Amino acid sequence: MVLSMTSEELQMFNQKQFTYGFRKGLPIAFGYIPVSFTFGLMATRGGLPVWLTIFISLSNLTSAGQFAGTELILTGAGLFEITLTTFIINIRYMLMSFSLSQKIESKINIKQRLIFGFGITDETFTMASLKQGKLSYAFMLGLITGPIAGWTLGTAMGALVSEALPLSISNAMGIALYAMFIAIIVPPSKKSKPILFIVLLSVLITILLKYIPVFSFISGGFRIIIATILSACAGAIFFPDKEETINNSEEATAC
Amino acid sequence: MLKPFIAVLLMALVTYLPRVLPLVLFRKEIKSTFIKSFLKYVPYAVLGALTFPDIFDSTGDYITAIVGTIVALFLAFREKSLVIVAVGAIIAVYVTGLII
Repeated sequence: MVLSMTSEELQMFNQKQFTYGFRKGLPIAFGYIPVSFTFGLMATRGGLPVWLTIFISLSNLTSAGQFAGTELILTGAGLFEITLTTFIINIRYMLMSFSLSQKIESKINIKQRLIFGFGITDETFTMASLKQGKLSYAFMLGLITGPIAGWTLGTAMGALVSEALPLSISNAMGIALYAMFIAIIVPPSKKSKPILFIVLLSVLITILLKYIPVFSFISGGFRIIIATILSACAGAIFFPDKEETINNSEEATAC
Repeated sequence: MLKPFIAVLLMALVTYLPRVLPLVLFRKEIKSTFIKSFLKYVPYAVLGALTFPDIFDSTGDYITAIVGTIVALFLAFREKSLVIVAVGAIIAVYVTGLII
């Protein structure tokens, strides 16, 4: 269909796709602000300069990985340990990127893939994979723009006010990251039994690995990888190809 | 600040690579129902494992964290937006902290 368009029509189509993506990304951008604000607080309270704190958010654009990596920097850990831990927490992006490689338009070239790939996060991925049909480059660019701005802006605000904020408030903000994850997984779990099953199984595996002493050698990052692979596998075995169930939950997560 | 700066660059690299390598390397469509279903379920599995049980250690106090979790679950169940759920949980934790 795109092939039959004139270049003007194509530009219109791209602008529409970008705007549509941008609108889909806005709730994520606003959701990021309290979480990245918390990150800004934590990093500057720990002793990092404001510019470096903001640079972390801009260059990493990730929640769990940069929280963990920054904590290690603050405790004086070695470069190898910092890099490995961050990498392990971020391996999950490979699964998401792999999944998106199946859902994007095949004509999107390598340079474009290298650009929009930077903006894949748990939230932008979830939003993208819930969208019906193939994903265009313009849509993906629109989708990641707001979240990048929100994540960086929230970090800057947190870093700048950290001295002025009472400890009771910054402690309370520690829950923001997790509350955001809950906001993403609960609505689809409500509508789809397979998803509910997978979420509960993944949590159960994580708890078992964390609290059973035999498994105590497994680090936090690996726990998440093991729980993810096992429960998503179980889901694929017991509930194969439930395309409709997942797509139905689009509206819920979108607003 | 040189060592922290290098650490941040390395973190950025190992965050970027997993995001783009599969996008660049896999350009053919996968037919397997198993792999397709597996990939669809990954985000839910990851977020579940990232959230529980770590959320209970997120505020420095179990009771405030439990109240915050319940409020977040309730708001999410009512399908409120990311912002409302995050801010609602923060307020719940803060208020509980004032009471106890």
